[in-house]
Amino acid sequence: MWLYEKKLQYPVQVSECNPRLAKFLVEQYGGADGELSAALRYLNQRYSIPDKVIGLLTDIGTEEFAHLEMIATMIYKLTKDASVEELEEAGLGAHYASHDHALFYNNSAGSPWTATYIQAKGDPIADLYEDIAAEEKARATYQWIINMSDDPFLNDSLKFLREREIVHSQRFREAVEILKDDQSSPSHY
Amino acid sequence: MKEQKDLLLHIQEIDFALVELTLYLDTHPDDMEAIRQFNELAYESRMAKRNYEEHYGPLLQYGGSYSGYPWTWNNSPWPWQI
Repeated sequence: MWLYEKKLQYPVQVSECNPRLAKFLVEQYGGADGELSAALRYLNQRYSIPDKVIGLLTDIGTEEFAHLEMIATMIYKLTKDASVEELEEAGLGAHYASHDHALFYNNSAGSPWTATYIQAKGDPIADLYEDIAAEEKARATYQWIINMSDDPFLNDSLKFLREREIVHSQRFREAVEILKDDQSSPSHY
Repeated sequence: MKEQKDLLLHIQEIDFALVELTLYLDTHPDDMEAIRQFNELAYESRMAKRNYEEHYGPLLQYGGSYSGYPWTWNNSPWPWQI
């Protein structure tokens, strides 16, 4: 089971209400390479992965939920004081029509989250390569959002998340090597 | 609020090191020095949380932390409100 801890993994502050940035950020909330996809991908793959990497998938998958909460906090803080007019100007009129100020799992273009964003192949190498690619895509997305943001407080938190993608990618690469080493010993295969 | 944020930041720093060490140890299970650091920080984290909780209420759900009277788990602020 899981225990909720009443704290963010890393502090999230924003300089000012900025629904335009929130619209971009939602890509990391309910987008293909976002934190929801990441958490659900790893925590689902762990049931069929060799025992040696179950711990890693469990721990990274759990950390992704902490990142999802950080992204939610950013979107919440960037939009909570926005007027309807400001939401409309930021391109969030369609969002407002359906959700008011609520958060929702869709990407920055408004498409709802779908399980087709993630995969579980049952083949450990295929799954781990997908995970490495997912981390690299998420890292790139964070970079593109940072490039469009002029909020130094927000960027500080986004840079933290960008670095975490790099660490996760590295750990997944090590997991591949661990499985390759295992594969050469006949007792396992 | 500033004092609460500072205490929280201290916990966030310790717990970040613990997350990082956890992932590292998942792929480097024989690194004794890293395990020593992990256990030291796990102790520090408990102490820092005990101190925080005395002033600002429980951090952990489902009995991971003690409750004051009346029930304090429900109390604001929640993390995104800080």
